[in-house]
Amino acid sequence: MKVKMWGVRGSIPSPGPRTVRYGGNTTCIEVRSDADHLIILDAGTGIFPLAQSLLARLPVEANIFITHTHWDHIQGLPFFVPLHIPGNIVRIHGAFDLITQQGVEHVMNVQLQYSYFPIREAELKANVEYLTLTVGKPVRVGDATVTPILMNHPVINFGYRIECNGKSLFFTGDHEPWRNIYAPEESGWAEYQAMIEQRQAELEAAIGPVDLLIVDSAYTAAEYPKKIGWGHGTFDTGLELARRTGARRLLCTHHEPTRSDDELERVFAEALTRQTVAGCEVMLAYEGLEITL
Amino acid sequence: MPQLSPELERRLTAAVDRMPAFPKSVQTILTMTRDSNCLPKQLVGVIEKDPVMTLRILRVINSAYYALPNKIGSVGQAVVYLGLNTIKNLALACAAAGVLPRFHTDFFDSQQYLLHSLSVASLARLLCEKHARSEADPGDCYVAGLLHDFGKVVFAHTMAAEFTLALGIAAQKGKPLHLAEQEVIGADHAFVGALLAQKWQFSEALVACIRDHHAADVAPQAMLDCLRMADAICRQRGFGAAGNPWREEELAELPARFATATEAVVADLGDLNKHLAEAQTFAQIGVGEGG
Repeated sequence: MKVKMWGVRGSIPSPGPRTVRYGGNTTCIEVRSDADHLIILDAGTGIFPLAQSLLARLPVEANIFITHTHWDHIQGLPFFVPLHIPGNIVRIHGAFDLITQQGVEHVMNVQLQYSYFPIREAELKANVEYLTLTVGKPVRVGDATVTPILMNHPVINFGYRIECNGKSLFFTGDHEPWRNIYAPEESGWAEYQAMIEQRQAELEAAIGPVDLLIVDSAYTAAEYPKKIGWGHGTFDTGLELARRTGARRLLCTHHEPTRSDDELERVFAEALTRQTVAGCEVMLAYEGLEITL
Repeated sequence: MPQLSPELERRLTAAVDRMPAFPKSVQTILTMTRDSNCLPKQLVGVIEKDPVMTLRILRVINSAYYALPNKIGSVGQAVVYLGLNTIKNLALACAAAGVLPRFHTDFFDSQQYLLHSLSVASLARLLCEKHARSEADPGDCYVAGLLHDFGKVVFAHTMAAEFTLALGIAAQKGKPLHLAEQEVIGADHAFVGALLAQKWQFSEALVACIRDHHAADVAPQAMLDCLRMADAICRQRGFGAAGNPWREEELAELPARFATATEAVVADLGDLNKHLAEAQTFAQIGVGEGG
Protein backbone atom coordinates (compact mmCIF):
# COMPACT_ATOMS: atom_id res chain seq x y z
CA MET A 1 0.00 0.00 0.00
CA LYS A 2 1.02 3.60 -0.60
CA VAL A 3 -0.18 6.45 1.58
CA LYS A 4 0.05 10.14 0.73
CA MET A 5 -1.00 13.02 2.97
CA TRP A 6 -2.77 15.84 1.10
CA GLY A 7 -4.21 17.74 4.08
CA VAL A 8 -3.06 17.61 7.70
CA ARG A 9 -4.63 20.68 9.37
CA GLY A 10 -7.62 20.53 11.66
CA SER A 11 -10.70 22.74 11.81
CA ILE A 12 -10.01 25.28 9.04
CA PRO A 13 -7.61 25.71 6.11
CA SER A 14 -4.61 27.69 7.33
CA PRO A 15 -2.38 28.76 4.45
CA GLY A 16 0.36 31.31 4.96
CA PRO A 17 4.04 31.73 5.77
CA ARG A 18 3.68 30.08 9.21
CA THR A 19 2.38 26.80 7.77
CA VAL A 20 4.49 26.34 4.65
CA ARG A 21 6.42 23.25 5.80
CA TYR A 22 3.53 21.19 7.13
CA GLY A 23 0.79 22.67 4.95
CA GLY A 24 -2.50 24.45 5.47
CA ASN A 25 -5.07 22.15 3.89
CA THR A 26 -7.58 20.21 5.99
CA THR A 27 -7.76 16.44 6.23
CA CYS A 28 -7.36 14.30 3.12
CA ILE A 29 -5.35 11.09 2.79
CA GLU A 30 -4.77 9.13 -0.41
CA VAL A 31 -4.30 5.39 -0.06
CA ARG A 32 -3.34 3.23 -3.06
CA SER A 33 -3.75 -0.52 -2.74
CA ASP A 34 -1.06 -2.79 -4.17
CA ALA A 35 -3.21 -3.20 -7.29
CA ASP A 36 -3.58 0.61 -7.47
CA HIS A 37 -7.18 0.90 -6.29
CA LEU A 38 -7.82 4.42 -5.00
CA ILE A 39 -9.10 4.98 -1.47
CA ILE A 40 -9.44 8.53 -0.18
CA LEU A 41 -9.88 9.16 3.54
CA ASP A 42 -11.85 12.38 4.08
CA ALA A 43 -12.52 15.25 1.75
CA GLY A 44 -11.02 18.26 3.46
CA THR A 45 -9.50 20.95 1.25
CA GLY A 46 -6.52 18.67 0.60
CA ILE A 47 -8.71 16.74 -1.80
CA PHE A 48 -8.41 19.57 -4.35
CA PRO A 49 -4.66 19.16 -5.08
CA LEU A 50 -5.23 15.38 -4.96
CA ALA A 51 -7.94 15.80 -7.62
CA GLN A 52 -5.53 17.79 -9.80
CA SER A 53 -3.04 14.93 -9.63
CA LEU A 54 -5.68 12.51 -10.91
CA LEU A 55 -6.60 14.43 -14.06
CA ALA A 56 -3.72 13.01 -16.08
CA ARG A 57 -5.07 9.49 -15.53
CA LEU A 58 -8.74 9.57 -16.48
CA PRO A 59 -11.09 7.86 -16.06
CA VAL A 60 -10.92 7.85 -12.27
CA GLU A 61 -12.49 5.25 -10.00
CA ALA A 62 -12.35 6.68 -6.48
CA ASN A 63 -13.64 5.39 -3.16
CA ILE A 64 -13.99 8.27 -0.72
CA PHE A 65 -14.49 7.30 2.93
CA ILE A 66 -15.81 10.15 5.08
CA THR A 67 -14.92 9.83 8.78
CA HIS A 68 -17.55 12.39 9.79
CA THR A 69 -19.39 15.35 8.40
CA HIS A 70 -17.75 18.31 10.11
CA TRP A 71 -16.71 20.98 7.61
CA ASP A 72 -12.97 20.39 7.72
CA HIS A 73 -13.54 16.80 6.54
CA ILE A 74 -16.00 17.46 3.72
CA GLN A 75 -15.31 20.99 2.55
CA GLY A 76 -13.26 19.93 -0.44
CA LEU A 77 -15.77 17.40 -1.70
CA PRO A 78 -17.51 19.70 -4.23
CA PHE A 79 -14.03 20.53 -5.59
CA PHE A 80 -13.14 16.92 -6.25
CA VAL A 81 -12.89 17.60 -9.98
CA PRO A 82 -13.48 13.98 -11.15
CA LEU A 83 -17.09 14.44 -9.92
CA HIS A 84 -17.62 16.88 -12.78
CA ILE A 85 -16.20 14.73 -15.57
CA PRO A 86 -18.25 12.05 -17.35
CA GLY A 87 -16.93 8.52 -17.24
CA ASN A 88 -15.53 8.69 -13.72
CA ILE A 89 -16.87 6.57 -10.86
CA VAL A 90 -16.93 8.12 -7.40
CA ARG A 91 -18.19 6.07 -4.46
CA ILE A 92 -18.78 8.02 -1.27
CA HIS A 93 -18.86 5.94 1.91
CA GLY A 94 -19.90 7.11 5.38
CA ALA A 95 -22.15 6.81 8.39
CA PHE A 96 -25.90 6.89 8.88
CA ASP A 97 -27.03 10.00 10.76
CA LEU A 98 -29.44 9.04 13.51
CA ILE A 99 -30.85 12.54 13.82
CA THR A 100 -31.61 13.31 10.18
CA GLN A 101 -32.30 9.62 9.53
CA GLN A 102 -30.28 9.84 6.35
CA GLY A 103 -27.26 8.05 5.00
CA VAL A 104 -24.06 9.53 3.63
CA GLU A 105 -25.87 11.04 0.61
CA HIS A 106 -26.92 13.75 3.05
CA VAL A 107 -23.38 15.20 2.84
CA MET A 108 -23.68 16.09 -0.82
CA ASN A 109 -27.31 17.16 -0.59
CA VAL A 110 -26.42 19.71 2.05
CA GLN A 111 -23.36 21.10 0.27
CA LEU A 112 -24.55 21.15 -3.31
CA GLN A 113 -27.28 23.75 -3.19
CA TYR A 114 -27.22 26.86 -5.33
CA SER A 115 -26.89 28.98 -2.17
CA TYR A 116 -23.52 27.40 -1.43
CA PHE A 117 -22.22 26.00 -4.71
CA PRO A 118 -23.10 26.66 -8.35
CA ILE A 119 -23.66 23.01 -9.22
CA ARG A 120 -26.39 20.80 -7.78
CA GLU A 121 -25.92 17.17 -6.90
CA ALA A 122 -28.15 16.20 -9.81
CA GLU A 123 -25.83 18.05 -12.21
CA LEU A 124 -22.70 16.07 -11.35
CA LYS A 125 -21.29 14.36 -14.43
CA ALA A 126 -19.54 11.39 -12.85
CA ASN A 127 -21.30 8.23 -11.83
CA VAL A 128 -21.71 8.91 -8.09
CA GLU A 129 -22.67 6.17 -5.65
CA TYR A 130 -23.39 6.52 -1.95
CA LEU A 131 -22.69 3.65 0.40
CA THR A 132 -23.80 3.87 4.00
CA LEU A 133 -21.54 1.78 6.20
CA THR A 134 -22.17 -0.47 9.17
CA VAL A 135 -19.82 -0.45 12.16
CA GLY A 136 -17.32 -3.30 12.02
CA LYS A 137 -18.44 -4.55 8.61
CA PRO A 138 -15.56 -4.54 6.11
CA VAL A 139 -15.99 -3.11 2.62
CA ARG A 140 -13.96 -4.56 -0.23
CA VAL A 141 -12.12 -2.11 -2.51
CA GLY A 142 -10.24 -4.13 -5.08
CA ASP A 143 -7.48 -5.98 -3.26
CA ALA A 144 -8.00 -3.96 -0.04
CA THR A 145 -10.63 -4.01 2.71
CA VAL A 146 -11.80 -1.01 4.69
CA THR A 147 -13.47 -1.51 8.08
CA PRO A 148 -15.32 1.34 9.85
CA ILE A 149 -14.91 1.61 13.64
CA LEU A 150 -16.99 3.92 15.84
CA MET A 151 -14.84 6.59 17.53
CA ASN A 152 -15.59 9.35 20.05
CA HIS A 153 -16.45 12.81 18.68
CA PRO A 154 -19.38 15.22 19.07
CA VAL A 155 -20.86 13.72 15.90
CA ILE A 156 -20.78 10.11 14.64
CA ASN A 157 -17.18 9.53 13.52
CA PHE A 158 -15.76 6.43 11.89
CA GLY A 159 -12.12 5.47 12.17
CA TYR A 160 -11.03 3.30 9.23
CA ARG A 161 -8.80 0.24 9.24
CA ILE A 162 -7.41 -0.61 5.82
CA GLU A 163 -5.79 -3.95 5.04
CA CYS A 164 -4.06 -5.05 1.86
CA ASN A 165 -1.96 -8.17 1.36
CA GLY A 166 -0.93 -8.43 4.99
CA LYS A 167 -0.21 -4.72 5.49
CA SER A 168 -2.50 -2.50 7.56
CA LEU A 169 -3.19 1.06 8.57
CA PHE A 170 -5.71 2.76 10.82
CA PHE A 171 -6.89 6.36 10.64
CA THR A 172 -8.84 7.67 13.63
CA GLY A 173 -10.53 10.62 11.98
CA ASP A 174 -11.32 13.00 14.85
CA HIS A 175 -11.17 11.21 18.16
CA GLU A 176 -11.02 12.15 21.81
CA PRO A 177 -10.25 9.36 24.24
CA TRP A 178 -13.28 8.62 26.39
CA ARG A 179 -13.37 10.38 29.70
CA ASN A 180 -15.42 9.73 32.81
CA ILE A 181 -18.17 12.34 33.11
CA TYR A 182 -18.36 11.73 36.86
CA ALA A 183 -15.84 12.57 39.56
CA PRO A 184 -14.34 9.59 41.45
CA GLU A 185 -16.40 10.37 44.56
CA GLU A 186 -19.71 10.40 42.65
CA SER A 187 -21.93 7.33 42.53
CA GLY A 188 -21.91 7.00 38.74
CA TRP A 189 -18.12 6.93 38.47
CA ALA A 190 -17.44 3.19 38.75
CA GLU A 191 -20.11 2.11 36.27
CA TYR A 192 -19.11 4.75 33.74
CA GLN A 193 -15.44 3.86 34.16
CA ALA A 194 -16.23 0.22 33.39
CA MET A 195 -18.06 1.26 30.20
CA ILE A 196 -15.14 3.42 29.09
CA GLU A 197 -12.61 0.69 29.73
CA GLN A 198 -14.72 -1.75 27.73
CA ARG A 199 -14.96 0.72 24.83
CA GLN A 200 -11.22 1.40 24.95
CA ALA A 201 -10.51 -2.33 24.87
CA GLU A 202 -12.92 -2.80 21.93
CA LEU A 203 -11.22 0.02 20.04
CA GLU A 204 -7.72 -1.29 20.62
CA ALA A 205 -8.77 -4.79 19.55
CA ALA A 206 -10.33 -3.35 16.38
CA ILE A 207 -7.22 -1.31 15.52
CA GLY A 208 -4.77 -4.11 16.22
CA PRO A 209 -1.00 -3.80 15.72
CA VAL A 210 -1.02 -1.88 12.44
CA ASP A 211 1.92 -0.92 10.23
CA LEU A 212 0.76 2.70 10.24
CA LEU A 213 -1.44 4.48 12.80
CA ILE A 214 -2.63 7.96 11.83
CA VAL A 215 -4.13 9.82 14.80
CA ASP A 216 -5.85 13.07 15.60
CA SER A 217 -3.41 14.80 17.95
CA ALA A 218 -4.62 18.37 17.75
CA TYR A 219 -3.60 19.56 21.19
CA THR A 220 -0.82 19.43 23.71
CA ALA A 221 -1.46 17.90 27.11
CA ALA A 222 -1.28 21.42 28.59
CA GLU A 223 -3.89 22.78 26.17
CA TYR A 224 -6.29 19.87 26.59
CA PRO A 225 -8.05 20.87 29.86
CA LYS A 226 -9.58 23.83 28.02
CA LYS A 227 -10.67 21.62 25.10
CA ILE A 228 -12.38 18.78 26.93
CA GLY A 229 -15.40 17.55 25.00
CA TRP A 230 -14.29 19.11 21.69
CA GLY A 231 -13.58 15.67 20.37
CA HIS A 232 -9.82 15.72 19.76
CA GLY A 233 -6.78 13.97 21.13
CA THR A 234 -3.33 15.13 22.18
CA PHE A 235 0.19 14.08 21.17
CA ASP A 236 0.34 12.18 24.43
CA THR A 237 -2.91 10.25 23.87
CA GLY A 238 -1.76 9.45 20.31
CA LEU A 239 1.53 8.05 21.60
CA GLU A 240 -0.36 6.12 24.27
CA LEU A 241 -2.66 4.57 21.65
CA ALA A 242 0.32 3.56 19.49
CA ARG A 243 2.02 1.95 22.50
CA ARG A 244 -1.10 0.05 23.58
CA THR A 245 -1.91 -1.27 20.11
CA GLY A 246 1.68 -2.06 19.12
CA ALA A 247 1.72 0.21 16.05
CA ARG A 248 4.91 0.09 14.01
CA ARG A 249 4.68 3.69 12.84
CA LEU A 250 2.68 6.64 14.24
CA LEU A 251 1.70 9.69 12.22
CA CYS A 252 0.33 12.63 14.20
CA THR A 253 -2.12 14.80 12.25
CA HIS A 254 -5.03 17.28 12.52
CA HIS A 255 -2.60 20.03 13.49
CA GLU A 256 -4.05 22.93 15.40
CA PRO A 257 -4.69 25.66 12.78
CA THR A 258 -3.19 28.51 14.80
CA ARG A 259 0.07 26.64 15.42
CA SER A 260 3.02 27.65 13.25
CA ASP A 261 5.43 25.06 11.85
CA ASP A 262 8.05 26.02 14.42
CA GLU A 263 5.59 25.79 17.30
CA LEU A 264 4.34 22.47 15.99
CA GLU A 265 7.85 21.01 16.02
CA ARG A 266 8.50 22.42 19.48
CA VAL A 267 5.37 20.97 21.15
CA PHE A 268 5.86 17.65 19.35
CA ALA A 269 9.44 17.41 20.64
CA GLU A 270 8.18 18.23 24.12
CA ALA A 271 5.65 15.42 23.99
CA LEU A 272 8.39 13.01 22.93
CA THR A 273 10.40 13.90 26.03
CA ARG A 274 7.50 12.63 28.15
CA GLN A 275 6.98 9.30 26.44
CA THR A 276 8.38 7.28 23.58
CA VAL A 277 7.01 4.11 22.03
CA ALA A 278 9.44 1.23 21.74
CA GLY A 279 9.71 -0.15 18.22
CA CYS A 280 7.52 2.59 16.76
CA GLU A 281 8.65 5.35 14.43
CA VAL A 282 6.81 8.55 15.36
CA MET A 283 6.40 11.52 13.00
CA LEU A 284 4.39 14.62 12.31
CA ALA A 285 2.22 14.45 9.20
CA TYR A 286 2.97 17.01 6.50
CA GLU A 287 1.45 17.74 3.12
CA GLY A 288 3.11 15.65 0.44
CA LEU A 289 4.42 13.00 2.84
CA GLU A 290 4.42 9.59 1.14
CA ILE A 291 4.76 6.30 2.96
CA THR A 292 4.96 2.86 1.39
CA LEU A 293 3.81 -0.08 3.52
CA MET B 1 -60.08 37.88 26.34
CA PRO B 2 -63.61 36.68 25.48
CA GLN B 3 -66.54 37.27 27.81
CA LEU B 4 -67.16 33.88 29.38
CA SER B 5 -70.27 32.81 31.20
CA PRO B 6 -69.59 31.62 34.78
CA GLU B 7 -70.60 28.12 33.68
CA LEU B 8 -68.14 28.10 30.73
CA GLU B 9 -65.39 29.56 32.87
CA ARG B 10 -65.94 26.77 35.42
CA ARG B 11 -65.87 24.11 32.69
CA LEU B 12 -62.70 25.44 31.08
CA THR B 13 -60.91 25.76 34.40
CA ALA B 14 -61.92 22.20 35.29
CA ALA B 15 -60.75 20.99 31.86
CA VAL B 16 -57.34 22.62 32.27
CA ASP B 17 -57.05 21.25 35.81
CA ARG B 18 -57.58 17.72 34.55
CA MET B 19 -54.61 17.99 32.18
CA PRO B 20 -51.38 16.34 33.34
CA ALA B 21 -48.46 18.38 34.61
CA PHE B 22 -45.90 19.51 32.03
CA PRO B 23 -43.03 17.05 32.41
CA LYS B 24 -40.30 18.71 34.42
CA SER B 25 -37.65 16.69 32.59
CA VAL B 26 -38.78 18.09 29.26
CA GLN B 27 -38.59 21.66 30.46
CA THR B 28 -35.17 21.00 31.98
CA ILE B 29 -33.82 19.44 28.79
CA LEU B 30 -35.13 22.27 26.63
CA THR B 31 -33.38 24.73 28.94
CA MET B 32 -30.15 22.74 29.24
CA THR B 33 -29.75 22.19 25.52
CA ARG B 34 -29.69 25.93 24.89
CA ASP B 35 -26.20 25.84 26.35
CA SER B 36 -23.60 24.05 24.27
CA ASN B 37 -21.50 23.66 27.42
CA CYS B 38 -24.10 21.80 29.45
CA LEU B 39 -22.40 19.14 31.53
CA PRO B 40 -22.82 15.60 30.16
CA LYS B 41 -23.52 14.12 33.58
CA GLN B 42 -26.33 16.61 34.19
CA LEU B 43 -27.99 15.78 30.88
CA VAL B 44 -27.62 12.06 31.50
CA GLY B 45 -29.06 12.57 35.00
CA VAL B 46 -32.17 14.31 33.69
CA ILE B 47 -32.81 11.78 30.93
CA GLU B 48 -32.28 8.80 33.26
CA LYS B 49 -34.92 10.07 35.63
CA ASP B 50 -37.53 10.02 32.86
CA PRO B 51 -38.22 6.37 32.06
CA VAL B 52 -40.34 7.07 28.98
CA MET B 53 -37.68 9.24 27.39
CA THR B 54 -34.95 6.75 28.28
CA LEU B 55 -36.96 3.97 26.69
CA ARG B 56 -37.50 5.98 23.51
CA ILE B 57 -33.84 6.90 23.14
CA LEU B 58 -32.64 3.37 23.71
CA ARG B 59 -35.21 2.01 21.29
CA VAL B 60 -34.01 4.32 18.52
CA ILE B 61 -30.36 3.54 19.15
CA ASN B 62 -30.83 -0.20 19.35
CA SER B 63 -33.22 -0.33 16.41
CA ALA B 64 -30.77 0.42 13.84
CA TYR B 65 -27.96 1.42 11.90
CA TYR B 66 -24.66 1.03 13.62
CA ALA B 67 -25.09 -2.66 14.46
CA LEU B 68 -23.41 -2.07 17.79
CA PRO B 69 -21.79 -5.16 19.29
CA ASN B 70 -23.74 -4.95 22.53
CA LYS B 71 -27.29 -3.82 23.15
CA ILE B 72 -27.20 -0.32 24.63
CA GLY B 73 -28.90 -0.58 28.02
CA SER B 74 -28.39 2.79 29.69
CA VAL B 75 -28.23 6.45 28.79
CA GLY B 76 -24.61 6.61 29.98
CA GLN B 77 -23.73 3.75 27.68
CA ALA B 78 -25.50 5.53 24.82
CA VAL B 79 -23.32 8.59 25.45
CA VAL B 80 -20.16 6.46 25.44
CA TYR B 81 -21.10 4.84 22.12
CA LEU B 82 -22.69 7.65 20.15
CA GLY B 83 -21.42 10.80 21.83
CA LEU B 84 -23.12 13.51 23.80
CA ASN B 85 -24.41 15.59 20.90
CA THR B 86 -26.27 12.71 19.30
CA ILE B 87 -27.90 11.84 22.61
CA LYS B 88 -28.66 15.51 23.23
CA ASN B 89 -30.39 15.72 19.86
CA LEU B 90 -32.34 12.54 20.47
CA ALA B 91 -33.39 13.73 23.93
CA LEU B 92 -34.60 16.97 22.43
CA ALA B 93 -36.58 15.03 19.85
CA CYS B 94 -38.11 12.76 22.44
CA ALA B 95 -38.81 15.68 24.75
CA ALA B 96 -40.58 17.50 21.97
CA ALA B 97 -42.67 14.54 20.95
CA GLY B 98 -43.25 13.39 24.50
CA VAL B 99 -45.37 16.33 25.59
CA LEU B 100 -47.92 15.73 22.86
CA PRO B 101 -50.46 13.10 23.92
CA ARG B 102 -52.20 10.92 21.39
CA PHE B 103 -55.87 11.33 20.62
CA HIS B 104 -58.05 10.79 17.63
CA THR B 105 -61.40 11.92 16.21
CA ASP B 106 -62.92 11.63 12.77
CA PHE B 107 -61.56 15.06 11.81
CA PHE B 108 -58.38 14.91 13.81
CA ASP B 109 -55.38 12.67 13.27
CA SER B 110 -52.97 12.79 16.20
CA GLN B 111 -50.02 11.82 14.02
CA GLN B 112 -50.74 14.74 11.69
CA TYR B 113 -51.21 17.02 14.69
CA LEU B 114 -47.81 15.98 16.00
CA LEU B 115 -46.22 16.62 12.62
CA HIS B 116 -47.91 20.03 12.36
CA SER B 117 -46.73 21.06 15.83
CA LEU B 118 -43.17 19.92 15.20
CA SER B 119 -43.07 21.58 11.77
CA VAL B 120 -44.35 24.89 13.15
CA ALA B 121 -41.83 24.61 15.99
CA SER B 122 -38.98 24.03 13.59
CA LEU B 123 -39.94 26.88 11.23
CA ALA B 124 -40.65 29.30 14.09
CA ARG B 125 -37.14 28.69 15.39
CA LEU B 126 -35.69 29.16 11.90
CA LEU B 127 -37.64 32.39 11.32
CA CYS B 128 -36.47 33.70 14.67
CA GLU B 129 -32.85 32.91 13.83
CA LYS B 130 -33.16 34.79 10.54
CA HIS B 131 -35.42 37.69 11.43
CA ALA B 132 -35.64 38.22 15.18
CA ARG B 133 -32.43 36.91 16.70
CA SER B 134 -31.88 39.97 18.87
CA GLU B 135 -35.45 40.13 20.14
CA ALA B 136 -36.39 36.56 20.96
CA ASP B 137 -34.77 33.25 21.80
CA PRO B 138 -35.05 30.72 18.95
CA GLY B 139 -35.49 27.98 21.58
CA ASP B 140 -38.50 29.79 23.04
CA CYS B 141 -39.95 30.11 19.54
CA TYR B 142 -39.53 26.36 19.11
CA VAL B 143 -41.52 25.71 22.29
CA ALA B 144 -44.16 28.24 21.23
CA GLY B 145 -44.56 26.39 17.94
CA LEU B 146 -44.65 23.03 19.66
CA LEU B 147 -47.40 24.02 22.08
CA HIS B 148 -49.36 26.71 20.23
CA ASP B 149 -52.27 24.38 19.48
CA PHE B 150 -52.25 22.56 22.80
CA GLY B 151 -55.70 23.97 23.58
CA LYS B 152 -57.01 21.50 21.00
CA VAL B 153 -55.62 18.70 23.13
CA VAL B 154 -57.51 20.08 26.13
CA PHE B 155 -60.72 20.17 24.08
CA ALA B 156 -60.18 16.69 22.70
CA HIS B 157 -59.67 15.28 26.17
CA THR B 158 -62.39 17.09 28.05
CA MET B 159 -65.04 18.28 25.56
CA ALA B 160 -64.70 15.68 22.85
CA ALA B 161 -68.28 15.96 21.51
CA GLU B 162 -68.28 19.74 21.16
CA PHE B 163 -64.75 19.79 19.75
CA THR B 164 -65.71 17.17 17.18
CA LEU B 165 -68.69 19.33 16.20
CA ALA B 166 -66.44 22.38 15.79
CA LEU B 167 -63.96 20.34 13.72
CA GLY B 168 -66.86 19.18 11.54
CA ILE B 169 -68.13 22.72 10.96
CA ALA B 170 -64.62 23.91 10.12
CA ALA B 171 -64.09 21.03 7.73
CA GLN B 172 -67.45 21.31 5.99
CA LYS B 173 -67.61 25.11 5.71
CA GLY B 174 -63.88 25.75 5.30
CA LYS B 175 -64.10 28.04 8.29
CA PRO B 176 -61.16 28.89 10.56
CA LEU B 177 -61.27 26.36 13.39
CA HIS B 178 -60.91 28.94 16.15
CA LEU B 179 -64.10 30.67 14.94
CA ALA B 180 -65.94 27.34 14.83
CA GLU B 181 -64.76 26.63 18.39
CA GLN B 182 -65.97 30.03 19.57
CA GLU B 183 -69.33 29.31 17.94
CA VAL B 184 -69.76 25.84 19.45
CA ILE B 185 -67.86 26.01 22.75
CA GLY B 186 -67.72 29.73 23.45
CA ALA B 187 -63.93 29.91 23.59
CA ASP B 188 -61.18 28.82 21.23
CA HIS B 189 -58.12 26.59 21.53
CA ALA B 190 -55.78 29.58 21.73
CA PHE B 191 -57.54 30.84 24.85
CA VAL B 192 -57.64 27.43 26.52
CA GLY B 193 -54.06 26.68 25.50
CA ALA B 194 -53.00 29.90 27.21
CA LEU B 195 -54.85 28.88 30.37
CA LEU B 196 -52.92 25.61 30.38
CA ALA B 197 -49.62 27.36 29.69
CA GLN B 198 -50.39 29.58 32.68
CA LYS B 199 -51.06 26.55 34.83
CA TRP B 200 -47.73 25.14 33.69
CA GLN B 201 -46.15 28.43 34.78
CA PHE B 202 -44.66 29.24 31.39
CA SER B 203 -43.31 32.72 30.86
CA GLU B 204 -45.80 35.52 30.34
CA ALA B 205 -44.45 36.02 26.80
CA LEU B 206 -45.09 32.40 25.90
CA VAL B 207 -48.59 32.44 27.41
CA ALA B 208 -49.42 35.59 25.46
CA CYS B 209 -48.01 34.08 22.29
CA ILE B 210 -50.24 31.01 22.55
CA ARG B 211 -53.26 33.16 23.46
CA ASP B 212 -52.81 35.58 20.56
CA HIS B 213 -51.77 33.34 17.72
CA HIS B 214 -55.08 33.81 15.91
CA ALA B 215 -55.78 37.37 17.09
CA ALA B 216 -55.57 39.81 14.20
CA ASP B 217 -55.40 43.00 16.26
CA VAL B 218 -52.38 42.33 18.46
CA ALA B 219 -49.28 44.49 18.13
CA PRO B 220 -46.29 42.83 16.39
CA GLN B 221 -43.99 41.01 18.75
CA ALA B 222 -40.98 38.92 17.76
CA MET B 223 -41.99 35.48 19.07
CA LEU B 224 -45.64 35.89 18.01
CA ASP B 225 -44.64 37.07 14.53
CA CYS B 226 -42.40 34.04 14.03
CA LEU B 227 -45.04 31.66 15.33
CA ARG B 228 -47.82 33.05 13.13
CA MET B 229 -45.67 33.07 10.05
CA ALA B 230 -44.55 29.50 10.72
CA ASP B 231 -48.14 28.38 11.36
CA ALA B 232 -49.35 30.01 8.14
CA ILE B 233 -46.54 28.46 6.07
CA CYS B 234 -47.22 25.00 7.52
CA ARG B 235 -50.95 25.26 6.82
CA GLN B 236 -50.42 26.59 3.30
CA ARG B 237 -47.94 23.82 2.49
CA GLY B 238 -49.85 21.06 4.28
CA PHE B 239 -47.04 20.21 6.69
CA GLY B 240 -49.05 18.04 9.04
CA ALA B 241 -52.60 19.03 9.93
CA ALA B 242 -54.24 20.09 13.16
CA GLY B 243 -57.92 20.12 12.22
CA ASN B 244 -57.92 23.58 10.69
CA PRO B 245 -58.86 23.64 7.00
CA TRP B 246 -58.38 27.38 6.75
CA ARG B 247 -55.66 28.53 4.36
CA GLU B 248 -55.00 32.24 4.25
CA GLU B 249 -53.27 33.25 1.05
CA GLU B 250 -51.24 35.80 2.94
CA LEU B 251 -51.16 36.81 6.58
CA ALA B 252 -53.65 39.69 6.97
CA GLU B 253 -50.90 42.04 8.05
CA LEU B 254 -47.45 40.77 7.44
CA PRO B 255 -45.25 41.80 10.39
CA ALA B 256 -42.84 44.50 9.26
CA ARG B 257 -39.78 42.46 10.24
CA PHE B 258 -40.35 40.10 7.33
CA ALA B 259 -40.45 43.04 4.91
CA THR B 260 -41.52 40.99 1.91
CA ALA B 261 -44.36 38.69 0.92
CA THR B 262 -44.71 35.24 2.46
CA GLU B 263 -43.40 33.56 -0.67
CA ALA B 264 -40.19 35.58 -0.53
CA VAL B 265 -39.74 34.77 3.16
CA VAL B 266 -40.22 31.09 2.36
CA ALA B 267 -37.79 31.24 -0.53
CA ASP B 268 -35.21 32.87 1.74
CA LEU B 269 -35.50 29.95 4.19
CA GLY B 270 -34.05 27.59 1.59
CA ASP B 271 -35.18 24.02 1.16
CA LEU B 272 -37.94 23.57 3.73
CA ASN B 273 -38.01 19.83 3.20
CA LYS B 274 -34.69 19.53 4.98
CA HIS B 275 -36.17 21.10 8.09
CA LEU B 276 -39.35 19.12 7.83
CA ALA B 277 -37.47 15.84 7.51
CA GLU B 278 -36.32 16.42 11.06
CA ALA B 279 -39.91 17.06 12.21
CA GLN B 280 -40.94 13.83 10.52
CA THR B 281 -38.21 11.90 12.28
CA PHE B 282 -39.16 13.34 15.64
CA ALA B 283 -42.85 12.67 14.99
CA GLN B 284 -42.01 9.03 14.36
CA ILE B 285 -40.05 8.79 17.59
CA GLY B 286 -43.09 10.09 19.45
CA VAL B 287 -45.47 7.49 18.10
CA GLY B 288 -46.35 4.31 19.89
CA GLU B 289 -45.64 5.25 23.48
CA GLY B 290 -48.95 6.86 24.30
CA GLY B 291 -47.19 10.02 25.52
